[in-house]
Amino acid sequence: MLPGPRTLFQKIWDDHVVARVNGDAVLLYIDRHLVNEVTSPQAFEGLRTAGRKVRAPGATLAVADHNVSTDDRSNGITFGDPESRAQVEALERNVRAFGLPYVPLADRQQGIVHIIGPELGLTLPGGTIVCGDSHTSTHGAFGALAFGIGTSEVEHVLATQTLVQRPARAMLIRVDNELGQGVTAKDLVLHIIGTIGTGGATGHVIEFAGDAVSALDMAGRMTLCNMSIEAGARAGMIAPDQKVFDWLKTAPLAPKGGELDAALAYWQTLRSDEGALFDKVLIVDASDVSPMVTWGTSPEAVITADGIIPDPSALSDPSKRTEVAHMLNYMGLQGGDRISGTPIDVAFIGSCTNGRIEDLRAAASVIGDRRVAPGVRAMVVPGSGLVKAQAESEGLDRIFMDAGFEWREAGCSMCLGMNADRLLPGQRCASTSNRNFEGRQGPGGRTHLMSPAMVAAAALAGCIVDPRVARQ
Amino acid sequence: MKSFTRLHGIAAALPTANIDTDKILAGRFLKTVTREGLGRVLFSSLREQPGFVLDQAPWNEARFLIALDNFGCGSSREHAPWALLDFGIQCIIAPSFADIFYTNCLKNGILPLKLSLLQVEHLMSLAEDPRTASMSVDLRDQILSYHGGETSFDIGAQEKNDLLNGVDEVARTLTFAASIRSHEMIRDAQRPWLAGTLRAPWETKWYNVTREDAGESR
Repeated sequence: MLPGPRTLFQKIWDDHVVARVNGDAVLLYIDRHLVNEVTSPQAFEGLRTAGRKVRAPGATLAVADHNVSTDDRSNGITFGDPESRAQVEALERNVRAFGLPYVPLADRQQGIVHIIGPELGLTLPGGTIVCGDSHTSTHGAFGALAFGIGTSEVEHVLATQTLVQRPARAMLIRVDNELGQGVTAKDLVLHIIGTIGTGGATGHVIEFAGDAVSALDMAGRMTLCNMSIEAGARAGMIAPDQKVFDWLKTAPLAPKGGELDAALAYWQTLRSDEGALFDKVLIVDASDVSPMVTWGTSPEAVITADGIIPDPSALSDPSKRTEVAHMLNYMGLQGGDRISGTPIDVAFIGSCTNGRIEDLRAAASVIGDRRVAPGVRAMVVPGSGLVKAQAESEGLDRIFMDAGFEWREAGCSMCLGMNADRLLPGQRCASTSNRNFEGRQGPGGRTHLMSPAMVAAAALAGCIVDPRVARQ
Repeated sequence: MKSFTRLHGIAAALPTANIDTDKILAGRFLKTVTREGLGRVLFSSLREQPGFVLDQAPWNEARFLIALDNFGCGSSREHAPWALLDFGIQCIIAPSFADIFYTNCLKNGILPLKLSLLQVEHLMSLAEDPRTASMSVDLRDQILSYHGGETSFDIGAQEKNDLLNGVDEVARTLTFAASIRSHEMIRDAQRPWLAGTLRAPWETKWYNVTREDAGESR
């Protein structure tokens, strides 16, 4: 029997089913396993206890990113605290004991795992990629099925190169028309999360499609897929096209020569068939999307940059009223005020969401001859050593430093409050990262998510600004 | 995996939606290389506030936790269920859970139990009164019993079976070794570029060589 029309997700799924386990649960083959220092130590310990080996070391790549210091490394590597050092050292012991490929901290290609995977060409269309990190969805920008897993599943993949999985439902988010001038992939994904909520895609794999998605560069597509987890999605993906193929032509570990031709022929088939059914569909008009900024402690608590902070007393639903009031109290904001003009203490440009070269170019382009506002700590953290080197070759480091930004080494940095880069209680941060949860960037810290250009503009103005007003 | 068959104990209510894994276990406590001892820092930011439910008797002995929609959203950190388990929570009741968190619970012998919002709100009102806060769950019969009533609940056959038996999932999957090998052989024939050919850095500077170079050096 010929299969009916299938979605992109279904095609990749079907090509990776190893066996049926029980009911609708299958054993799914995993092509690439990225390993970091935070979510792996207990998994390696589990292997040791059971006397098991890693099944496919060549399909595994380890790198430390969450815990690492982003201080200058020219005179050696430092750590913020002994526990961070211990975790990185544990990773180094484990990769040696189990014979795993590893990018050392001192290597120029070290960086955030979701930035270096695509850079190296490990991320391939039609592949399955997992990592003990929820932002693994980033790799879906290449037409891969990529998702975050917990530590028990990390151990399972190390030992078996498979996962027991039940099929996800398929969701289509089609973005028609064009994004306006100065409106970025970050604004688009925040707009989508604001529309469907942080649980809006739970149980689903999102396929992003439509003219506005095709028009995004690879960096923008990675930003979009990266934050699909913030809408609750199991994964986000985009059908691969010429932009993906061009990227892979220069990626060192992508196929070459005749193998590339064969791969290209297969990759061209990786799109949802005409008539394929989705369980859920959302159609977005890109021309409705404005520059966005979060005001609360959930990515769905988001408004346009020229918007008004919600007033809890105007809400009829009592539980919603309590929730909004609680968020505003934590954030130190007043309902009914304009979000623009809110003073900031810190500006952070970086993370797996917005730490790529295109993001740094966008941020640098708004600086001109201005300087960071007095009293604001502004930091730029390239997502990888290669991004850093590229930015330096373009002179972006000089633009940032001359304007008063710190120019730091690669790592997760102030995205998650695990390393030395943290907010102090009460500090307010304009951030290109992905989560504005309470305490995410440090206990008591207040996070406003926005695009790189908006963070740069906020650093210069000393407050949150509407980029469309700021440009005039 | 630890098995889960039945549980009896106190239930604590956290009447909030979208409780994220950063709130359950803050990032600064992820720097551990073991699974134990995280109960102390469970919900650390909430426990700084006087009167937090899990610090009050009898809920400081809670075995059930009841919350609203999208419990466990955000990070994939399994440290969140480890912290809950270390505190003593073995069953979480909510209208919906984030996907990765749900899976992480199952891998640690925690029962994530989905009920309707109406039911959850009723259970919360019971949990708020120490005299009615005790509950029992029997996974085999799929029944949750509480003061003045009981309800059945749904759970996937696979999940139920694994929880009841405390299945060693890796051991079970290794019984499929022949199927895994045959998948790899088909992959090598049809999509050879997906085969992982990375080398450990002390064997070769793999990241500076092309794949053909890496192949020739073997």
